[in-house]
Amino acid sequence: MTLAVALRALEGGLLIGAGAATLLLLNGRVAGVSGILANALEAQPGEQGWRLAFLCGLALPALVFGVGHPQLPANWVMALLAGLLVGCGTRLGSGCTSGHGVCGLANLSRRSLAATAVFMVTAIITVLLVRHGWRP
Amino acid sequence: MRFLTALVAGVLFGGGLLLSGMTDPANVLGFLDVSGEWRPQLALVMAGAALVAAPAFRIVRRRHRSLLGEPVTLPDRTRIDAHLLTGAAIFGVGWGIAGICPGPGIVLLASGESVAWIFMAATAIGLLITGRLRSNPG
Repeated sequence: MTLAVALRALEGGLLIGAGAATLLLLNGRVAGVSGILANALEAQPGEQGWRLAFLCGLALPALVFGVGHPQLPANWVMALLAGLLVGCGTRLGSGCTSGHGVCGLANLSRRSLAATAVFMVTAIITVLLVRHGWRP
Repeated sequence: MRFLTALVAGVLFGGGLLLSGMTDPANVLGFLDVSGEWRPQLALVMAGAALVAAPAFRIVRRRHRSLLGEPVTLPDRTRIDAHLLTGAAIFGVGWGIAGICPGPGIVLLASGESVAWIFMAATAIGLLITGRLRSNPG
């Protein structure tokens, strides 16, 4: 990792934190993307406007500047399987990397610390298995 | 006004994801792959983001109202239960397969690539099915 890459990661993190702080300070809402998406999909009455605005805002910089050359899943089967697990897991566990990993830790929540530790560990084991055929 | 501030929050968040490189699964998987050439960026991103968000939580906890007068909605559960741990474990497996979580997943829709759309469609289906099961147990 070069210094430039490290600084960009840190700057990006500060921006993400600024987004989360903005939503919390002005709208009084936690910037947990899986929760906002789930509630938007289920059309919880009266609360749709800000959720759809936040989700559109997420994609807006990428629509303007492009996404570069991300290394997307190799095929649609992997994408489908991974997506289903991400959807089921974040709903059952009440949060994802943003809700638990960023906001929950910033809120010093023990629940979020536990969730973050668990999803980090299972993700690390999964990558070892998928990439290196690792056996415990 | 609520609409506009949420849009600005989303743009900041999405811009941060893009700038940090976290919308490229290679960087996420490079962090999770502790056996290879480790990419520590994700830790810097999470630390930077939590550092900025932490004072905002302290402020709204004291005020109970947002600066626009909106009620503050914070998670009130404190118990570490089986749903939380099982859900987090399942999410981690999916995250480890694709290197994409919901935030970057939405940003990647802008790529127009069909695998990105399939991933997010599957995520939406998973969210909805699990939500239905949770509200009607048994």
